[in-house]
Amino acid sequence: MSDVVVVDYGAGNTRSVRAALTHLGVSSVVSSDPTKISESELVILPGVGSARSAMDHLESTGAAQALRNRFEKGAPILGICLGMQLALEHSDEDGGVDGIGLLSGSVHLLTEGRVPRLGWAMVEPWGDAFYFAHSYAATCPDSVATSEGVTVAVERGAFLGVQFHPEKSGSAGLAFLERCLSPV
Amino acid sequence: MPLARLIPCLDVAHGRVVKGVNFVGLRDVGDPVELAKFYSDGGADELVFLDITATPEDSATMTSVVADVADVLEIPFTVGGGVRSVEDAIRIIESGADRVSLNSAALADPSLISAIARRYGSQAVVVAIDAGDGVVHTHGGRVVTSTKTIPWAIEAASRGAGEILLTSISHDGRRQGFDLALTASVRDAVSIPVIASGGAGSAAHVADALRITDAALIASIVHENPAGLPGLRREIQDLGIQLRPMKELI
Repeated sequence: MSDVVVVDYGAGNTRSVRAALTHLGVSSVVSSDPTKISESELVILPGVGSARSAMDHLESTGAAQALRNRFEKGAPILGICLGMQLALEHSDEDGGVDGIGLLSGSVHLLTEGRVPRLGWAMVEPWGDAFYFAHSYAATCPDSVATSEGVTVAVERGAFLGVQFHPEKSGSAGLAFLERCLSPV
Repeated sequence: MPLARLIPCLDVAHGRVVKGVNFVGLRDVGDPVELAKFYSDGGADELVFLDITATPEDSATMTSVVADVADVLEIPFTVGGGVRSVEDAIRIIESGADRVSLNSAALADPSLISAIARRYGSQAVVVAIDAGDGVVHTHGGRVVTSTKTIPWAIEAASRGAGEILLTSISHDGRRQGFDLALTASVRDAVSIPVIASGGAGSAAHVADALRITDAALIASIVHENPAGLPGLRREIQDLGIQLRPMKELI
């Protein structure tokens, strides 16, 4: 298979995602090049940083449009944390930011419990605990998993987005990534 | 609320893990990468690396330790000590750490908290508070400031800290249990998670802390017997604390 493209949006930690892929025997490149994004068999939109600077970077490099085209063609994209949130239409973060808009829905500040929501929590109906570190959460009609009442996975067409960090979720996270890689 | 977290803390000096007792007297216990992997496999929910020397010459060493750890670790980790500027935070986070922990530098310049939080989000910024007699201590407990603990915790949270790492100076290293009153008072004052630190001597001590707060930092209890971590987890769970299920440990 071709290298997995881990989308670069100018800030943040792509090293851990790549290390997890390496652990699974999959090579990857970090890039915001639209050609690479459209040609790769799997694209991962990772998640650290702020929504506004990430969107500015994705739009200015053409990566956002490449992701929209890719989604239209039904080519797989995995969004992680902020990467999942950016795939929706709008986020309240940074005073309000338009997302890539692959899926309907929006992102709001968490109001329940301690925020940021940090730590391991069970994801249902999957039955595994994954690691979370987020202050914002998605409201989306394409929710496919929840954790403590929060939407933590969304799926539509070839896009799967998760709020947790599979690359930081030990063996459960690696098993999840392996399942994402299996159709590739 | 997410599950309670058990967080071993590794003190690092010149790129090697050392054990701290009451902040003085150090004993070399090994290679940070190897120990990190060992603790991760044994059931640590997160790790904290504290660069206790953190001279400017050590920053390159620490950056390479962070990158090496990130390449083998599949759980989150925080790096503290020597983070004095946004540039330091960028260096540490872009080498693969999930979060940075600020201590004296945040007290000297609280705007550092918001600057890092703006760039990476609040979840990437931990403010470490070493507390004793109601005030904040710095420099490993040697310097007593006039800043009151609770107002400082509130200010740190309002400036964008995503978590407080709260160490009781009087309880640290004594292994007689955590300072539960201090922990509860800070927990009640802020709405961000609070990690209790200082004093873990038994599973019961850790369980007591986890009944009142989100996470517990452990050091000597685990460093003396790193292979005992899975057993410690089981004991804590037997005391009624729910930790993450780990199929590989059963």
